[in-house]
Amino acid sequence: MSNSLFGPLDDVAGDAGHVDHPPRMGFFTDTSVCIGCKACEVACKQWNGVPAGAELDLLGMSHDNTGELGANSWRHVAFIEQAPTSPVDPPADLGMPGMQPPGAATGAETRTDFRWLMASDVCKHCTHAGCLDVCPTGALFRTEFGSVVVQQDICNGCGYCVSGCPYGVIERRPDDGRAQKCTLCYDRLHDGLEPACAKACPTDSIQFGELDELRERAAARVATLHERGETSARLYGHDPDDGVGGNGAFFLLLDEPEVYGLPPDPVVPTRDMARMWGFVCAAAVGFLTAAVGSFVGRGIR
Amino acid sequence: MSKHGKREKFTPRADPNSYYGRPILKPPAWDWRIPAYLFAGGLSAGSTLLSTGADLSGRPLLCRRGRIAALAGLGASTYFLVSDLGRPERFHHMLRVAKPTSPMSVGTWIIAGYSPGIGLAAVSELLPARWRSRLLGRVLCRLARPAALSSAALAPALASYTAVLLSQTSVPAWNSAHPYLPFVFTGSAAASSGGLGMLLAPVAEAGPARTFAATGAAAELLASRVMDSRLGLVGEAYEQGSAHRLRKASEYLTAAGLVGTLLGRHNRTAAAAAGLALMAGSVLQRFGVFAAGVASTRDPRFVVAPQRERLAARSGEDPQPSGSSSSSITASQATARE
Repeated sequence: MSNSLFGPLDDVAGDAGHVDHPPRMGFFTDTSVCIGCKACEVACKQWNGVPAGAELDLLGMSHDNTGELGANSWRHVAFIEQAPTSPVDPPADLGMPGMQPPGAATGAETRTDFRWLMASDVCKHCTHAGCLDVCPTGALFRTEFGSVVVQQDICNGCGYCVSGCPYGVIERRPDDGRAQKCTLCYDRLHDGLEPACAKACPTDSIQFGELDELRERAAARVATLHERGETSARLYGHDPDDGVGGNGAFFLLLDEPEVYGLPPDPVVPTRDMARMWGFVCAAAVGFLTAAVGSFVGRGIR
Repeated sequence: MSKHGKREKFTPRADPNSYYGRPILKPPAWDWRIPAYLFAGGLSAGSTLLSTGADLSGRPLLCRRGRIAALAGLGASTYFLVSDLGRPERFHHMLRVAKPTSPMSVGTWIIAGYSPGIGLAAVSELLPARWRSRLLGRVLCRLARPAALSSAALAPALASYTAVLLSQTSVPAWNSAHPYLPFVFTGSAAASSGGLGMLLAPVAEAGPARTFAATGAAAELLASRVMDSRLGLVGEAYEQGSAHRLRKASEYLTAAGLVGTLLGRHNRTAAAAAGLALMAGSVLQRFGVFAAGVASTRDPRFVVAPQRERLAARSGEDPQPSGSSSSSITASQATARE
């Protein structure tokens, strides 16, 4: 069993037919050091020529006015304000501005539950990519770097990938008609450059590199954070045994995935393909039997 | 409290189980043309089977009108499919590859294999009488039966593959319904094409159409009921809003059509009315299922809750995360998974 459709898959580019390919590249986004500056969003738009979008608007919910990943936002910085949930609690006192990290003067035990979470989301470049599996034109393909890219000269805008993605990443651009998403800066990778977002990130929250090395680095980072008392740190998308065979772009989160707008246990729809066709075959046989049965016993006229 | 409350009005607190209540998934990129295609494709497939059976059993009117209806359904299907593309002029890019993992690619090749036969058979029916005696006309009429049979062989696939087309997606209401949708859709296709046969053919010839329609309507009603009772939380997407209204109306029309089919078999008007009711029921069923899928992508609950249940079943934990660290991965676990 080669696990081409589901389960752990070591050589994802090789499975797609690449020979002598470079190692699998990816992102490790460490949200514990994200400061929500959105330099990644800007750098991505500028390098890839991603349009501003239909309208520039304030969403009125937080510091985040991009809202979600989509055809015109290939990086999206989520911003979550978490405050004490009890209504009798007064608003958190942030104190006078200072040069120290919050709580540094008074000790970790005096910190309140108030916190800001920031996370730069991106296409996950799944090991088993729902978008790629269902694409009927071959426009979506697996690159030699293990990433998933839409060939814009092939895509005919059927929109199937939009529903294939378990993360809600890929989207059809209305005025263009074709599906759009992060390419892991395929053009820059060819020239030995790192993707624009990782290049622009001022805190190294977005780290680009060989996936195997990033996974080691991420495990070490979680261990460090746990040692320091940040027990809510956990990895998301790093596990080759998950429903999509692990992500090429994975994350260190400080809360449940759904808080960041990420599905807690995504599964590639292709996993159940054989079962689904089984039910379809049974229904097709029933359909034919009903049709033939409608004529049987009535005789030839 | 008042100051606090006012502030909340402008910056809503993050819902602990979602990102400000925003959807996780993208709604399907498709519009009304896709459920319209589901209907037209099923109608064409059923009409091909009925007209082929009518041809073989000596029912000339059911055969002739069925073939023409099958071609009309196919033409409508193709129009809906191509015009719903973001780049319709590139529709032929579908023919670059044959890809078993993509139900749309499989469907493309089913349609490609299905179309020529029934197209030829329908053209032979539409041929003016004075051309039939000419060589080309004679060849065409001779080829009509084997051509129609080639389409009939693929018709069951055309009527049923659309279920996996919807189910092999991340859309919760379609994905979870994968054991039931094939039966709902083929039942719907049989009911509508049988209904069309009752509408088009005189009662003396329409016997098989009535049986096919009644069987399909019963199957559709039953499969729908079973689906509704077994979907759990995701089933709510089918039980709310426009999906619920469309499918309720579909159920009434299909049930009425079924009764009309069984009772009004000697009266052309009653048969035609029953046929129309079955077709309308089938249309509304497709639009209802489509609407449920769209609704299930808009509410993050339909994504998060079933996945949480799945995770809890795997690890024996509480499905609702109460705190920020209820299921955090520890460093040792993370390392162990490397």
